[in-house]
Amino acid sequence: MTRRRPTAAALAAAIGVVGACGGAGTGGRAALDVFAAASLTEALTALAPSFEAVHPGVEVRFTFGSSSALARQVADGAPADVLATADEATMAPLIADGRVHDPAIVARNRLTIAVAPGNPLGVAGLADLARPGLTVVLCAPEAPCGRLARAALGAAGITVRPASSEENVKAVLSRVTLGEADAGVVYVTDVRAVGGRAEAVAIDAGVAADPAVQAVYPMAEVAGADQATAARAFVAFSRSAAGQRSFGAAGFLPP
Amino acid sequence: MSHPERRRRASRLALVAGALAASFLALPLVGLLWRTPWSGLGHSLGQPGVAGALRLSLVTSLSATAVAVALGVPLAWVLARADLPGRRVIRALALVPLVLPPVVGGVALLLALGRRGLVGQWLDQWLGIRLPFTTAGAVVAQAFVALPFVVLPAEGAFGSADRRFEDAARTLGAGGWTVFRRVTLPLAWPALAAGAVLAWARALGEFGATITFAGSAPGRTTTVPVEVYLGLESGRFEDAVVLSLVLVAVSVTVLLVRRDSWLGPLRA
Repeated sequence: MTRRRPTAAALAAAIGVVGACGGAGTGGRAALDVFAAASLTEALTALAPSFEAVHPGVEVRFTFGSSSALARQVADGAPADVLATADEATMAPLIADGRVHDPAIVARNRLTIAVAPGNPLGVAGLADLARPGLTVVLCAPEAPCGRLARAALGAAGITVRPASSEENVKAVLSRVTLGEADAGVVYVTDVRAVGGRAEAVAIDAGVAADPAVQAVYPMAEVAGADQATAARAFVAFSRSAAGQRSFGAAGFLPP
Repeated sequence: MSHPERRRRASRLALVAGALAASFLALPLVGLLWRTPWSGLGHSLGQPGVAGALRLSLVTSLSATAVAVALGVPLAWVLARADLPGRRVIRALALVPLVLPPVVGGVALLLALGRRGLVGQWLDQWLGIRLPFTTAGAVVAQAFVALPFVVLPAEGAFGSADRRFEDAARTLGAGGWTVFRRVTLPLAWPALAAGAVLAWARALGEFGATITFAGSAPGRTTTVPVEVYLGLESGRFEDAVVLSLVLVAVSVTVLLVRRDSWLGPLRA
């Protein structure tokens, strides 16, 4: 009979490990799980330490991805405390279902065309994206960046056949920085985030000014969050002057 | 505790563990069937994205199988018969796609055959060939991951075939190519067919390397697994489940029909 015990102990240990994955952060701090649009990566990563400085018991953990994917995960019960998407349309069904509540706009963003450093192909605006032989990559139409890019192209009266529709905006930028694509429509902040590895070509001023092609970032608490208090504090902090400094430094427009 | 009693207990334990393993394998499939929108099956299959992905996957997976067979069978023959110095290294290389995460395979392909890749930049400059974002690129990604499934059984068959038949043919005056075509190939045929079918099933299910290397464009690189992923991401849940069902049906059919003749050579 003694033989069975190690197995049982191992099983119990395994269950314990799996069970411990939610909630607890490192060093005894409570983990605040923030699910956020890929384009928020740099701004929120920069913001987290200043938030943790004023909330010493909390450790912020991020999951960055496409807004539509994150929204689906939250709808399916993923252990998130805060959700931030790159448009209001993606969050709307979650608000209607009561999966998230108290959304607040934390930032805005503009589209731009990312090209190789030095703009070797001389891309000058949206119209050039229809140029034959130019390999253009957009976000998938389901992702906010894809929807906005298509709205911008539509507003400019341009038809583009993308070589690939990527799942999120960072993937589009990777295609450009790797040299696989000649141009990609991304956010201003994304090009800034990769330093000199890509260059931004401004999209046509008339189109850029259209609020319908600007990204709006709502952030909301997830219903039944493990860290409800910290979640509320995180949303408030993102809107505070200190939080907005991080967004501004990354190139976002104020809400 | 007496020996027979201990043996009985051991077999009971094995039975419980086996049942647990079997349900662990079966449960996800049952879950899929449970959520399959049976009444909307026809409608989903008729959606342009779904139908297009099925058509594209059929074309790319068959092409990838052809490429894998064309490259894999000669390689298997060399590994089994030729006395090469670096044979062990080549054999290990041939199996790399089997253990490599497909997405890593995709990144590696991109760095090798992409527009700025090691070889890809010359393909682009000299021949004007660009593989990323093309159907040919999807075929390359699938052939890469499918290749070991051809090489492994074929090498086993070439290695274990009775050489006396070949020797006999040679003494009767047959040339090298005739011997291979008329004797070696027919002897290895079951293993080659098994390898080709498994390679096809693997190519059909390829996701990570394809989306990484070839991207996603409907009708050109959005294969069935990629469409399943995009369907889930974008709330077209039903389409994703229906396409998943098609892939499951194909896999189970491949394994069920003459399972032993498919998998037998892999054990050799």
